[in-house]
Amino acid sequence: MSGPITMESNPLSYRGGNVNAPSLLITPHWPGFEPEKALNLIQKEAEWVGLRWVRETTQRRSARNGLPENNGAHFSFGVMIETLIDGHIAYAGTSDLSDQGLLRATQAAALKAKEMATRKAYAASIKERPTSVGRYEGPKGRWLDTEALATLSGHLIECTHRLKVSEAIVTAVAEVSLIESEVWYLTSSGTNLQQRQFMTGQHFGAIAQGSGETQQRSLNGPTARCQQGGLEAFDWDQLEAACEGVGEQALALLKADNCPNESLDLILAADQMLLQIHESIGHPLELDRILGDERNYAGWSFIKPSDFGVLQYGSPLMNVTFDPTYPGEFASYRFDDGGAPATREFLIQEGLLVRGLGGLESQHRLGLQGVANFRSSGWNRAPIDRMANINLEPGHSRLEDMIQQVERGILMEANRSWSIDDVRKKFQFGCEIGHLIEDGRMTRILKNPNYRGVTVPFWHALAAVGDLSTSNHFGTPYCGKGEPQQMIRVGHASPACLFRDIEVFGGAS
Amino acid sequence: MKTTDTHRDLFQALSNKIYSSLHQGESMTLQLAAEHQDYLRFNQTRVRQMTQVEQIRLSMRFQSEGRRVAFSLDLTSDLHADTRSVLSLLERAREEIKVLPEDPFLSPIENHGEHHEDHPGTLPPLPELLEAMGFYEKKKLDLAGLYAGGSLLRATTNSQGLYQSFSSDSFFLDYSLFTLNVAGENKAVKGLYAGRSWSTPAFHEEMTTSAAQLPVLGTPSKRLEPGRYRVFFSPKAVDALIGMFSWGGVSYAAYRQGESALQKLMDGEVRLSPHFRLEEDFGLSLTPRFNSLGEITPTSLPIIADGEVENLLISSRTAREYGITGNHADSAEALRSPVMAPGNLASEDILRRLGTGLYLSNLHYLNWSDRFNARFTGMTRYACFWVEDGQIVAPIKDLRFDESLFTLFGSALEAVTDRAEIIMATDTYNQRALGGTKVPGILVDGVRFTL
Repeated sequence: MSGPITMESNPLSYRGGNVNAPSLLITPHWPGFEPEKALNLIQKEAEWVGLRWVRETTQRRSARNGLPENNGAHFSFGVMIETLIDGHIAYAGTSDLSDQGLLRATQAAALKAKEMATRKAYAASIKERPTSVGRYEGPKGRWLDTEALATLSGHLIECTHRLKVSEAIVTAVAEVSLIESEVWYLTSSGTNLQQRQFMTGQHFGAIAQGSGETQQRSLNGPTARCQQGGLEAFDWDQLEAACEGVGEQALALLKADNCPNESLDLILAADQMLLQIHESIGHPLELDRILGDERNYAGWSFIKPSDFGVLQYGSPLMNVTFDPTYPGEFASYRFDDGGAPATREFLIQEGLLVRGLGGLESQHRLGLQGVANFRSSGWNRAPIDRMANINLEPGHSRLEDMIQQVERGILMEANRSWSIDDVRKKFQFGCEIGHLIEDGRMTRILKNPNYRGVTVPFWHALAAVGDLSTSNHFGTPYCGKGEPQQMIRVGHASPACLFRDIEVFGGAS
Repeated sequence: MKTTDTHRDLFQALSNKIYSSLHQGESMTLQLAAEHQDYLRFNQTRVRQMTQVEQIRLSMRFQSEGRRVAFSLDLTSDLHADTRSVLSLLERAREEIKVLPEDPFLSPIENHGEHHEDHPGTLPPLPELLEAMGFYEKKKLDLAGLYAGGSLLRATTNSQGLYQSFSSDSFFLDYSLFTLNVAGENKAVKGLYAGRSWSTPAFHEEMTTSAAQLPVLGTPSKRLEPGRYRVFFSPKAVDALIGMFSWGGVSYAAYRQGESALQKLMDGEVRLSPHFRLEEDFGLSLTPRFNSLGEITPTSLPIIADGEVENLLISSRTAREYGITGNHADSAEALRSPVMAPGNLASEDILRRLGTGLYLSNLHYLNWSDRFNARFTGMTRYACFWVEDGQIVAPIKDLRFDESLFTLFGSALEAVTDRAEIIMATDTYNQRALGGTKVPGILVDGVRFTL
């Protein structure tokens, strides 16, 4: 294991000039663009016109085994134009922001709207684009201008040294992403919304090999640690210490027994609950899936429109919210991409399904209540119903109390594998590490812990919901859906939870 | 002037301006990924969403003093504005190079020569496509899916004088036809009509073939208990299975870094069936032969043959790291143009040879369940049937499987069909993908189903 970074040993020591330059803040020469002027230019081209301008910077910095792996950034810049004609909205995305480029895109969208209107799936109207005026700026925290690139790079490399607690660690990876996103949405009906979000993501992982065995371990799973805010998310002293723990657990997993193949009690930590909520609550509740829009790709849903207000989705302990107001959670915002104000709403209350995840278009098509989740992944994609922050509300059980309630069970942490059917019923998920629970206490770790089940029976098996002390908020930048496909950021906050009598299994012996 | 030509001209002019700004000892690669596409989404045979996208994405890789910085951005088409943006990033890259540590595995930027492919095509007029959809709606067909069509351009230049390009006009209609069976359950058949030259008669033939499968899906579904079954995987299902080889499978870096599912195969602990032969074959012409460094891959490269790995995919960076010879794989070391060799199972003999078991047309949501034993899980989807004594008996209720690639393509692989199908890529994350696979169907004995 390497020692602390010194000027002599630090490979990043600056070779001349200002030791703090450059900072992590990148300020490229963006092309000039005035959204309000642009709307004035194009707004007569259709019955109604919307313009969504997106400017986003995503930095990715990573190190592997003590060396730099990636240092880069993507700068996204463009507009999505919406035109409503004859009850149909057509879209045109372009990064050509000249007057000619904007007019060409708008006229193309208008022509397509007119052509498609004869075969439209439903009659759209500007009721689905409410007039909203406002601004949102997410928590910025300590932003990128306060830290030198060299300092971050040094920390990433040091983390890979800390992860490599033994020669048996064949891969040690440290990675961060730093994101700044700006969206300005203007419409010919008076909407004027500006939203800015500042986000970070982090991954620290180790792969151990020995005696014909390979095991991975990471801090909370490969993509879970993402949130809004700034560099305060990186407490490097704490992270470097945690990396050593990750490396030690990867090593320990090499010698661990396989997860048994049997039905027993299961406690899922918050960093696996995020996946359980995402796949078996978030996706099936999306109204566009229920409407069949996703049938050819991501799939349909076992939920029917008539299930809202009727279906007991799970145990009465289960309370699930759509919460775009959660401070610092990855997908917090004030308005969705159709201009609808975003508010916290219960989706499932005491186990009863009460509301779906659908924006105004889906709500009008179905005649059901929904939420403000009409979102797009960037300027080149049209909004569709997406998850945002979908959270399981904390209960009253301490982790120790849940463990004590278990005669034989497993506590699983950190997602490793995920698969669920196209109507979101039969799932199989895997985790990085399991802890065997015997007679109310954790006894040893287990490798290759997996479990499978069916959504509604699984949530009915929910026997205890952890309190705030067991809770955390995580997320993923990689929720995939849509045609054309879109990858979007979602957040999930949850406590640890106890489920009874779940089928678990391990790897090959 | 075609959009592709406009994008190509912009790229060349921009490349010249940027390279003329480089200092002694600096080198750079520029890559363009441009598209002008119509994305037309259908639900219930009607238009749900229509999006036209024109995007021009530039990636720059800057190297100096043994260090590397990579940036990418959306271009505006205005040469002056784009040049200013890229030059500002060049300045930033120079600043970063001063403080980043040396990268010992950096591949030099070299001139690998010129390579150009242009594949023009004929796309359908959208009103004609809409009219066809109206025809099928009148026939009560419930179609959901995506039409994507337009031009795609990939091009690479570098400061050493390299220039390569690949352009293609193409389309796909990736769709599902839905029906209700007698029990009121939703059942569906999946179809893909794709190519470079749209033909309305060929499209109707494709739709007719798909629709002909619907009546049998209307019969009651059979619920099967978990267990082991004989299975025929159609080419589309095999396409999904082959995809697993690109997810930490055939990458040499993944093998050395503990992330390859094929580790036991590489280490000689298991062997695959001699019936299974897999290669990279750029003869399909669906994707460029040049990679992000402009290295030109051999037309074909055997990956798996005679039960063993012949070649893993090795990028130049990986080759430098491990002191071996590379084979011009791209940085992800994933298959770009996989072709699985056909066997000798005639189409008309498939059901007879299957005897009693499952005929699986499509798979869904595959993921590793025990990667280091090449074990993965997934679901059956769409038109999947229970077959008894060589006769289709009933569609099935979807099942979850959990099995190893070492079993499917190893000891349990009984036969491979004598015809392989080309399946064009339908991925559209961030941009429309190029590429595709050519795969046959396979007959496997004893696949494990768990739920």
